[in-house]
Amino acid sequence: MFETLSLITLQQYWWLIVSLLGALFVFLTFVQGGETLLFTIAKNDTEKSLLINTLGRKWEFTFTTLVTFGGAFFASFPLFYATSFGGAYWVWFAILISFVIQAVSYEFRKKPNNLLGTKTYDVFLFLNGLLGPLLIGTAVGTFFNGAMFSLDDMNRVTWGTPFRGLEAVLTFHNLALGLAVLFLSRILGLLYFMNSVDNSAIYDRSKKHLLYNTIPFLVFFLYFLIALLFKDGFAYHPETGIVTIESYKYLHNILAMPVNTIMLLVGVVGVLWGIILSFLKGGTKGIWFAGGGTVLTVWALFILAGFNHTSFYPSVLDMQSSLTIENASSSHFTLIAMSYVSLFVPFVLGYIWYAWKSMNNKKISTDELEQEHHSY
Amino acid sequence: MFEGIDLALVNWSRAQFALTAMYHWVFVPLTLGLAIIVAIMETLYVKTGNPEWKRITKFWMTLFGINFAIGIATGIILEFEFGTNWSNYSWFVGDIFGAPLAIEGILAFFMESTFIAIMFFGWNKVSKGFHLTATWLTAIGANLSALWILVANGWMQMPVGMVFNPEKARMEMVNFWDVLFSPMAVHKFLHTTSSSFVLAAIFVIGVSAWYILKGRDIVFARKSIVVAAIFGLLASGYTLVTGDSSAREIAHHQPMKFAAFEGLYNGSKGAGLVALGVISTTDNDPSNENLKDFKVKIEIPNVLSYMAFLNWDAFVPGVNDLIRGNEKEGVMSAMDKIVRGKKAIEKLTAYKEAKKGGLVSRADSLKTEIMSPDFQKNYFKYFGYGYISDPNTLVPSIPLSFYSFHIMVVLGLYFIVFFVLALLYTLKGKIHKKRTFLRFALWTIPLAYLASQSGWILAEAGRQPWVIQDLMPTMAAVTKISVGAVQVTFWLFAIIFTTLLIAEIKIILRQIKIGPKVEGGAK
Repeated sequence: MFETLSLITLQQYWWLIVSLLGALFVFLTFVQGGETLLFTIAKNDTEKSLLINTLGRKWEFTFTTLVTFGGAFFASFPLFYATSFGGAYWVWFAILISFVIQAVSYEFRKKPNNLLGTKTYDVFLFLNGLLGPLLIGTAVGTFFNGAMFSLDDMNRVTWGTPFRGLEAVLTFHNLALGLAVLFLSRILGLLYFMNSVDNSAIYDRSKKHLLYNTIPFLVFFLYFLIALLFKDGFAYHPETGIVTIESYKYLHNILAMPVNTIMLLVGVVGVLWGIILSFLKGGTKGIWFAGGGTVLTVWALFILAGFNHTSFYPSVLDMQSSLTIENASSSHFTLIAMSYVSLFVPFVLGYIWYAWKSMNNKKISTDELEQEHHSY
Repeated sequence: MFEGIDLALVNWSRAQFALTAMYHWVFVPLTLGLAIIVAIMETLYVKTGNPEWKRITKFWMTLFGINFAIGIATGIILEFEFGTNWSNYSWFVGDIFGAPLAIEGILAFFMESTFIAIMFFGWNKVSKGFHLTATWLTAIGANLSALWILVANGWMQMPVGMVFNPEKARMEMVNFWDVLFSPMAVHKFLHTTSSSFVLAAIFVIGVSAWYILKGRDIVFARKSIVVAAIFGLLASGYTLVTGDSSAREIAHHQPMKFAAFEGLYNGSKGAGLVALGVISTTDNDPSNENLKDFKVKIEIPNVLSYMAFLNWDAFVPGVNDLIRGNEKEGVMSAMDKIVRGKKAIEKLTAYKEAKKGGLVSRADSLKTEIMSPDFQKNYFKYFGYGYISDPNTLVPSIPLSFYSFHIMVVLGLYFIVFFVLALLYTLKGKIHKKRTFLRFALWTIPLAYLASQSGWILAEAGRQPWVIQDLMPTMAAVTKISVGAVQVTFWLFAIIFTTLLIAEIKIILRQIKIGPKVEGGAK
């Protein structure tokens, strides 16, 4: 069935899948956002324990989505995997280390004789929550602003600065996206607390902090979006593959892809509606509106970055080294083979949804934690 | 084209990968095996309704959880390290190698991470049957992830199902099933998972032995030993069978590795197997310091020929045959391969230059030549040799290969005897009287880890200098980065992983000391 599709169709299909994984990942960073709020929302150990346990039952989803995002990117656009990971060495390792320390912290924090003490593991969680979304958001910013690399005729990467990717924070537009993702993850974290924890003090405090996080989120996100519409972009010629600078490239993309633009708008409205609904009316459903909105928004932004003959990973050092979904992808055969694998994705999403429902049909409470054999 | 290769960078990058892989492999085999043992125990609970089995399941599940977390922590680095430190490799073969990694994420990791949450927190939330299914799915997910990563590793040891694309300067997949069902991958998967089951079974028996030695939780310990010993015995028998077939695969596709782990310098017909041996410190061959004589060895005649080719008189090439060539036996010399590899590289460079210079017809004719079956078979097959200047660097460390292989095999055989004894003593109700055996059981735990690590040292160090057998040596695969940067990350990981390992061991030891809980009590 996929054999009949052209190479460019499959490249677009895989860009959609990788982007969707990226979008789901950003939604799932409610775990990271929640981790940065442990010391703010919880006023005592019991409350902190509730927050950590509600996040602790979901952290593996975020982690797995990140790993799968990496794996899917490798399989479908290996030149990006080789160029970005090999090139922006320090950024990626900083991100990965923040996830390494997270992976053990839930399990180890309350266990007796844990060497570093509960507090250290809680700080690890905080660092993961802060650095993960901030750095990933900033790194994704380079999809629009470019990075300092060049490729030789064997496609081997050379990086233009000794900072190996860390220089991305010096571009404010990248950093704005990083900060927007960070505050969004905190908003999602708060909404998740409101949804899953059976404790009125936590609920009220989470509601109050929604406002504090929404304001900076809006400032950074709107700055990012508006600046994007006015900035130059890296376009490539569909036949020759030659990359040139195009003024208002992303604005052109917005106009050229109306369905995507509608998705972006619906996404942004969804996020705002989730926040407003929770702030004004309370309830527990805010996370689903804001989460769904996040997925649509991020998905649309990725599409904006890679479709309509746009370089999704431009090089500001050597423009013709810029990566596009056409020159960075796997072969036709591999994309076909992987497309068959992608048919399993709805099945995977189905059992995740079922398992989530089975586990979250009752809110987490102090009583439950006391009875639980396994808790963090 | 391949100028400026920094050997220090290659070595530090290799050291970093070895460090990450070995640390990862401290935790993974226990995860793979213990997941299944726990699932068997829970099945017994659901079948019999005996709460003692639930208590047993929950205890081992706690240890599983602690070990699982740190396995994930080390695994994420490993996956991304292909990109960060081996970016040339990632591009050169990403078209093939990326697929199993993606499938691992989509099909295995999600299964594992979804159902592990139910396994740990779902006791009071879902039905008994659903919980048991979740536990089994966690175990299956873990082992499925092993399948895909071992398919990827098997492909590096024996590249199949691909063709070279000169335009993109990379390998491209042409047959997915050849990659998935490559005999190297299948044997590797079966041998690695079954040996992991052995390790987990030894862990369970060793820890249970400690309880019996301390005179506490006897019923719990005996039940645990029975399950682990039966499981371990079956797994160890299977490990032996798959180890034997793996060796044959190596003899056919990685003859240098085979010669190295047997310390076979000069090939012969009816070659003998060195059952035990000590390698001398003096050189056998002044041109290669790696070649050293045996100080002592016990050799069983003809067995190596049989092991390699199922023929007592078959010719098994030695290191010298593979380097110098052996015309009589049809073994090509390393120098000949190097010349052919260099020719393949030259042709590719010429093609790239023609393309760059806009010489379309010359580029087309070079491409046709490169892609011709004759060139592929006689030249391109040796592409990786083109990077090599000294044939002696094609010989992996012989002492490392020899000892790791022999440690693995001797311990593997010991484990079979160990499981038989554990099962016999327990079934006869005498295990609590066999205090020496119980002490042995405790000390067998580190031996299981030693055997498991030795297997990977053999698999990876034994195939040096290749990152992809015959096609790409490590020096061509590495990311161009300052050696200082790799040194920093090496030490950073060494510190982080060591700290986490110490924390894990301390936590597990304390949990063992606390022991299984009374059902219904809080943690």
